[in-house]
Amino acid sequence: MEEHYIKHQYDPILPKKQEWPVVRLARERKEFVKKVATQAEERILDLIGKNPEILKEELETTLYREKLRIKQNPWDVDPDDEGSFWGEVKNNLLQIHASGSLSKTKKMEAYREVLQKITSRYSEEIASNFKATHYKFTRSVVTYGFSRLLNAARVKGFGSLFSNQYTLQDKIQITGQTAQIRELATKGTIVMVPTHFSNLDSILIGWIISVLGMPPFIYGAGLNLFNISIFAYFMNALGAYKVDRRKKNLMYLETLKTYSKEAIQFGCHSLFFPGGTRSRSGIIESKLKLGLLSTAIESQRANFQQGITDVSGKIFIVPVTINYHFVLEAPSLIQDYLSMTGQERYYKENDEFSTSYKISKFLFKFFTKGSDISVSIGQAMDVMGNYVDQDGKSLDKWGREVNTEEYFMSNGKITVDAQREEEYTQMLGKRIVEEFHKINRVFSSHLVAFVAFELIQAKNSKLDLFNLIRLPQEDLVVDYEEFKAAAQLVLDKIFEQKSLGKIDVAPHLYRSMDEIISHGLDNVGMYHAKRPLIKDKEGNLATEDMSLLYFYHNRLHGYGLEKLF
Amino acid sequence: MALKNSSKSQPIGVIGVGSFGTAIANMLAEKNEVLVYSRKQEVVDEINTQHSASGKALNPKIQATFSPENLCSACGVLFFMIPSAAFLEVTRTFAPFLHPYHLVIHGTKGLVVQLSNGEELDTVVQLRRNQILTMSEVIVQETLAVRVGCLAGPNISKELTDGQPAATVIASKYNEVIHEGQRLLRSEKFQVYGNADIIGVELSGVLKNIIAIAAGALAGLGLGENAKGLLISRGIVEMAHLSKALGGTASSVIGLSGIGDLVTTCNSPDSRNFTVGYRLAKGESLPQILEGLEEVAEGVNTIRIVDAFLKTAGIRAPITENLHRVLFEDLPIEEALLFLMKYPFSVDVDFV
Repeated sequence: MEEHYIKHQYDPILPKKQEWPVVRLARERKEFVKKVATQAEERILDLIGKNPEILKEELETTLYREKLRIKQNPWDVDPDDEGSFWGEVKNNLLQIHASGSLSKTKKMEAYREVLQKITSRYSEEIASNFKATHYKFTRSVVTYGFSRLLNAARVKGFGSLFSNQYTLQDKIQITGQTAQIRELATKGTIVMVPTHFSNLDSILIGWIISVLGMPPFIYGAGLNLFNISIFAYFMNALGAYKVDRRKKNLMYLETLKTYSKEAIQFGCHSLFFPGGTRSRSGIIESKLKLGLLSTAIESQRANFQQGITDVSGKIFIVPVTINYHFVLEAPSLIQDYLSMTGQERYYKENDEFSTSYKISKFLFKFFTKGSDISVSIGQAMDVMGNYVDQDGKSLDKWGREVNTEEYFMSNGKITVDAQREEEYTQMLGKRIVEEFHKINRVFSSHLVAFVAFELIQAKNSKLDLFNLIRLPQEDLVVDYEEFKAAAQLVLDKIFEQKSLGKIDVAPHLYRSMDEIISHGLDNVGMYHAKRPLIKDKEGNLATEDMSLLYFYHNRLHGYGLEKLF
Repeated sequence: MALKNSSKSQPIGVIGVGSFGTAIANMLAEKNEVLVYSRKQEVVDEINTQHSASGKALNPKIQATFSPENLCSACGVLFFMIPSAAFLEVTRTFAPFLHPYHLVIHGTKGLVVQLSNGEELDTVVQLRRNQILTMSEVIVQETLAVRVGCLAGPNISKELTDGQPAATVIASKYNEVIHEGQRLLRSEKFQVYGNADIIGVELSGVLKNIIAIAAGALAGLGLGENAKGLLISRGIVEMAHLSKALGGTASSVIGLSGIGDLVTTCNSPDSRNFTVGYRLAKGESLPQILEGLEEVAEGVNTIRIVDAFLKTAGIRAPITENLHRVLFEDLPIEEALLFLMKYPFSVDVDFV
């Protein structure tokens, strides 16, 4: 073994299921949903300054967009009564409008009732359907099923299907601050923020959380995933609440934020994919969606306001990177990226995870062939981005203790200042991106893709990205020796950065350069029909799909390595 | 912890009792108790017993201390009014006592450069943006304070002390900092504007010193008002581009801290930067000029830093580049002027 991966069974930190925050939440689901609806209503009223005219406008906008969505972009998962619900909202609004003589307060009350209806509906829709029994079942299915597949493929001979020689943890390595996250999960509330490249990430992270002996985390999963029944089952079992990206109206977004905030305050460990969606370009997220992140800061402040100043009210942000040799969706992700002209709004979701057949096929390939995954757990931070120690105390750059509460104080009191918290959210976002880059693990496949793409680009320095991708095959060949020298240069730089703590590497990068290259070539995008990088008959390197090469190359973007070319 | 009661009884802290610091302390004292910091025991004694600092009269409501710890625990709002050369050091002195609840507003125009080992500002050729810190960036990097603001604008201390009408900008990403600054400083003689683009406002105050040197040079060459108008206008364009490249917005440059301060400085022969340019045009060399000045003319350092930054950023800034050649590469000032007149500026305004 080149490195001791963490491979042992962790004891559960909360052995009794009844104590799991997510189980308690499921028990109190009804009251919780109601609370979220009421709180969301308050928030919206605050936002619009309790002005009936603005409320009316917002209600009308929401109604219009919802009707449009129902007509233009219906999904299987949508409830049947959607049409009638919004029809009713429309009638209500018309009635209020028709009785024009109402006083201002009366009018407000009437609009408020409609608002209440909407937030209640949204809140119910968002709330998760966690069932502890389903969770247990799913977890054992995942673990059992996966390890059967794994052993079937790797251990030869009769009985292989029942061998336990390999376990999932051989395939998926967990590295980093595992002890700390377990420790902190017993003391305060964890908000885990992983990078996001593939739809498999949520299942993977769910599995990791359970391997680490932690109770399930709740997280917002795209409603589109619930269209597929396998996924819907998994998601519900893993404590997912639903995020519908089609709904961009104020009321929905505020209800969603309230849900997340209340759940964190309830003590539920949460998971956000802060990039908001899978990274289309293959670049590590550099701009985060701040909406859900702001709820972490808000809950922290609310806890302080309620006088919970000990560690039990503290919220810990834990960045996580997931490192792959291969991303199933890469071809279409990069196509999306290339065809996007910055107008994300008009961009339609298009999933390769569209059928259960395709997923199973992928899973089979994944478990029966090589291609490892590693997950790095970063050091926990408080909501201001200060590292925290094992006891949950925040520390500044010089190791002095910081009282996180003080960030929310003015004149000796905790104060609520939305604009301040917006800035704090941005700061936190920047810190998370910094941490992503630090804990990102370089794989051989990232290295070879990066070097090959940069060499081709350097040779065609006059072409922009789009022309580069359209180059004919014969221009896309790189001499092996030249490649090897460049790869060594990049690798040296990576090790230099590693010694400064700016990046991490997989153990296989300590092998000889020839071995690294062949390992990288074997693994980079290994299941794609067109391989991003191969060795041709002359022993030189060639690509079958330049845009895929670009995708895998992007993993090393943001470290200034381009300057070497 | 040392959380003191409500703001009413909390004094406002002022760090630095130079001419600007004293003027601001006096203005703050109109509404609040003020506690000022000085390192020197005799200055502290003078303030506490005679209510004056280096002979300048101080409001009796101003008390002094030489303990950073006392000042930080007594005050929630701090004004850092220190010369840029001492800024880093003083900030580090205060760092152990600053908490996240402190609001810090600084009034220092300058940049701090972080060089790698063995490099000197005199010899450095290239600078990246992350090696250049504005003063608010220094505070955030060195301390736990996050709610930071800056004070900038045409504020000649003597005029402020005389009670002449004037205005300033408080810039901060945090509205609460702007509001607090306005609440503390605003009076019928002093208007306080707010701006969210703190980097742009800080840069405006810094970059205008470059143009001030050029204005002095034009005066030294005996040129008239047409030339000055030309310089101010082209100077603003150059400041806008530089500010953008360094992370500010162009719009702050046309505000009080940019054009407002620039016009004032270009018309004040007492300003150190103006003097450097003036004497340069009269034929003196830079070392000769600097020898006579008590404090550093900030513009000279700024030209060095910006010139080194231009080389990494790959942009052009003709006024700065030519001043750099005059100051450090012995280009005769007349040639620099000729070069600028021939420079192909074809567009009047290209930044808004």
